[in-house]
Amino acid sequence: MEGINAKYVSKKISKTRWRPVSSSSLQQPDIFATGSWDNEDNSISIWSIGENGVSSMGDEFEGDPQLLCEYKHNGDVLDLQFLDQDRIVTASSTGAVTIFRHHHNSQTLSVSQLWERAHHYPCNNAPCTGVVCNSPEIVTVGEDGRIMLFRADQEGVLRTIEKADSSAIHAVTFLRTTEILTVNSIGQLKLWDFRQPGNEPSQILSLGGASRTGDRVPLHCVDRHPNQQHIVATGGQDGMLCIWDVRQGNMPISLMEAHTSEMWEVHFHPSNPGHLFSCSEDGSLLHWETSSNTDTPSFLQGGRNTSIISRSAIAPTGGNQSLINAWLTGDSSKGHLETTHMLPSQMLSVNSLDVLGQCLVCGTDGEAIYVNRHVPI
Amino acid sequence: MEEVDVEPTTTPIPGFDSNQKHLGFVWGPGDILVYETIYKASGGSAGGCPFVHEVRKDEDIYSPILRKLFNESHHIFVGLQRIREDLPSKNKKPQFVSISKNYRSVIRACMEELQQVAVSTQDAALATQYGNQVSILLAVELIWNLCEVLFIDAAPAGSLVLHLLDWVRLHKADVDEKAREVLASESPAEHQAYWDVVISYVLQGRMDEARQVLVKQAALQPAARVMFKLLDNLLMKMPIFNPGETQTLTEFDVKWRHWREEVDHCLQDQSFASNRHLEDICKILVGDEDVLLEYKELLSTWYHFLVTRLLFSHPTVKPTELHYYAQSSMHMFLDTRSVPEPLDSILLAAFEFDIHQVIKDCSIALNNWWFVGHLTDLLDHCKLLQSHNLHFGSNLREFLLLEYASGLFTHHSLWQLAVDYFDHCPEFGRVYLELQIERVPLDTERKALKVIRICEQRQMTEQVRSICKIMAKKALRNNRLGSALSWSIRAKDAAFATLISERFLQDYCAKGTFSDLDLIDNLGPAMLLSDRLTFLGKYREFHRLYGEKRFSDAAKLLLSLMTAKIAPHSFWMTLLTDALPLLEQKEVIFSADQTHELMFCLEELTSGKSVPTPDRPMQDEDIETTKIELLRLALARNLAMAIVKEGTVEV
Repeated sequence: MEGINAKYVSKKISKTRWRPVSSSSLQQPDIFATGSWDNEDNSISIWSIGENGVSSMGDEFEGDPQLLCEYKHNGDVLDLQFLDQDRIVTASSTGAVTIFRHHHNSQTLSVSQLWERAHHYPCNNAPCTGVVCNSPEIVTVGEDGRIMLFRADQEGVLRTIEKADSSAIHAVTFLRTTEILTVNSIGQLKLWDFRQPGNEPSQILSLGGASRTGDRVPLHCVDRHPNQQHIVATGGQDGMLCIWDVRQGNMPISLMEAHTSEMWEVHFHPSNPGHLFSCSEDGSLLHWETSSNTDTPSFLQGGRNTSIISRSAIAPTGGNQSLINAWLTGDSSKGHLETTHMLPSQMLSVNSLDVLGQCLVCGTDGEAIYVNRHVPI
Repeated sequence: MEEVDVEPTTTPIPGFDSNQKHLGFVWGPGDILVYETIYKASGGSAGGCPFVHEVRKDEDIYSPILRKLFNESHHIFVGLQRIREDLPSKNKKPQFVSISKNYRSVIRACMEELQQVAVSTQDAALATQYGNQVSILLAVELIWNLCEVLFIDAAPAGSLVLHLLDWVRLHKADVDEKAREVLASESPAEHQAYWDVVISYVLQGRMDEARQVLVKQAALQPAARVMFKLLDNLLMKMPIFNPGETQTLTEFDVKWRHWREEVDHCLQDQSFASNRHLEDICKILVGDEDVLLEYKELLSTWYHFLVTRLLFSHPTVKPTELHYYAQSSMHMFLDTRSVPEPLDSILLAAFEFDIHQVIKDCSIALNNWWFVGHLTDLLDHCKLLQSHNLHFGSNLREFLLLEYASGLFTHHSLWQLAVDYFDHCPEFGRVYLELQIERVPLDTERKALKVIRICEQRQMTEQVRSICKIMAKKALRNNRLGSALSWSIRAKDAAFATLISERFLQDYCAKGTFSDLDLIDNLGPAMLLSDRLTFLGKYREFHRLYGEKRFSDAAKLLLSLMTAKIAPHSFWMTLLTDALPLLEQKEVIFSADQTHELMFCLEELTSGKSVPTPDRPMQDEDIETTKIELLRLALARNLAMAIVKEGTVEV
């Protein structure tokens, strides 16, 4: 818990995201974006924790995020992703999808593209709940059960999957360049392949009876293992962490007790996937660590775009067999997995987290942003 | 009727003439709605004003900087509630003091930020507004600090004066600024504010600092060296009570009297007669009230005067004696003609240990409940408020917290904080929460889930149901049957689930296909929520079996839907029609017994309505008759085949 500072920002924070750093350098991230929700005037904001920020006011304020710029956002920011170094895509409760541009020289934000009512009901707006980017492609999902495919710099909609879900879709992630994975409010994971026509998913995985109560547990977040694209982590209403192997069966490989309320986000560490982070409505932020001794190879591979690893993962060789299975056999009772609380006890929901390098940022309903620059990875 | 403590303030409503029109109003939790009424003694109606005005007392809740105060103090508040009841009170006191300090540091942080923006803002009106907020926070912190010294820390004689000195020093920090300015100047001893600084230090009992500054002057006047040395000696020797040491209060008192006699001697010897400033300092050291009052400007407040007076005249004052000195200091210091400000009477009430008067006066003077709510809560934890009972509500603490939390709940964003405050109001908190939580506007499912989680954690099943129902209705309005069904399942609302199942079946009848299969195929145990939902699930299962060509399973299920009375009567005809293709298969699927049962079902259905209803068009009737004819034929043929098959002995 050392080295973690709270910054009160007078807005409930729904999303926090680091600006990506170039994968070649070993540089730590120093800029992040936040989105607010449930305020009369919501906004997206850009913050700096680096020395090149507004001013460094001695050791006392080291790491205290400084606001660089802010821009009004219509509706709650329900999701937020960096498209590239200077473009940010947001999903709004009004159903709009917006691309903002961050001008580094003048430290200002402007709207560079807007799809109003990207998600909608026949008469009303439908909240857009999730967005994922694989520049220049942008995929959004919404409470209207639609999946939309956009391309930055193109005005129209590339593809719409109507009635992709009978209930609300809560989150989306890319599995491969043409495949996405969505999670919905009745505990299902659906795989979609954009190469295939039609409105049917290529695969449905279901939490079904595996949940704690046997009910259908709404899922709220999903993240893919950065190197092994068939391994996926999800979290939902009961706060359990589920690890799935999308190649095998339609049941989770492992289920782990994590939080006591909704898990809002889960993230594998992008360059060190033996570590995983999750945050929850119960106000906790957990750091999960597999005590696998083969972490080093994956760490050396670094970066998010390691196609070699992913191919070898499909046909595993004996050498990294244990690496592949680190999460799949993940079982806290056997001591493979260690969890640590990363925040001092606090009561209000931690809505979002992002981790990059040794830096972690999260935002809460207590209107605070926490930054930790020394995550033990 | 009870008398009013202060005259209520008047809020003019823009564009409203109170001589001609009448106003109606409705109380809200944190505001009132005011509207024009059409009331006329002689009847007749005039065109009323179409506006409804919202009158709010508390603007602070909308200040982004003060929001930090609400958020951070919420954290401290919850921490305070978690201090265990059974801890011996001796161990709790340091915790309470540290919590009180936490509250104050949050106020200070807010104040500093407000000060910064007040300086940097270009807008004059805004700067004034920030300035006002700063002065309110200053006063609030001043009162809180005094309450901390007197009530929470409850310093005993000896330490009491030390604590009060700290209190005065903290809130009269401009001395240090002036001192820096003087010392930074070219020749400090000749600076016009030089003596002000020295005397201010003495008045605050900061003898070491006063001596350091005095040295500058001594260096300039070598002739008066002896005199300066003498005063320096007196200042150095002044005994200060040290509660950490083994020294008793009596020992200290003896020592102090001894020192005072020494100072007295110097005065009588006229040792300082040649230097007015030094003589004044010496007179201050013996607590000469007339000289003290000459330095009114430097003291600036009556409570500074009080503390200085105590330091030099009654350093071992007991808490119980405070009120006497406080009253007299106030009267001596303030102009007899001027009326004391609210702050003065609040502080005086504190010195008189009249906690309730402090809380009451603060409630009147401040425009929101943040301060009184949190302070009262802390004092209540210190067991200082038990004797007092209200003749309304439960007790003072709960009453104030409820008011504060209700105010928060009116805010579009801060409502979440209020929940924890309601939780810690044992008597009425839950009722308040129940009433408020249902009225939170729900724009997104995520927000709805958060609200539901709050309710579920508190076993508020009625509210969970109602919120789910709101969401289900919303989904239905947007033609999202799947979502609507999910919500009503979560609400365990059988009636609504039935309604939506009906809609699904209607859609099926109209389109011939099911929508939202991902949901219906995965109902699981939720299917049992309502009969109609069970039917929907089972009927869909029949279609799946049929699609998978598992005909005999499908046939069995179809029949059981009717015989077990799961299917509504209105749907039997559809079911029987569904049986047609099964009857027409080459293979015998329905056994003889099953065919009999199907026939019974058909008879039961047709016998009830032999008389054709007049409002039904003839064409429909024709189709219906043909259908029945067809069914009868198929049933008969199937029966024949089944009997033959069942009667045939395999050889």
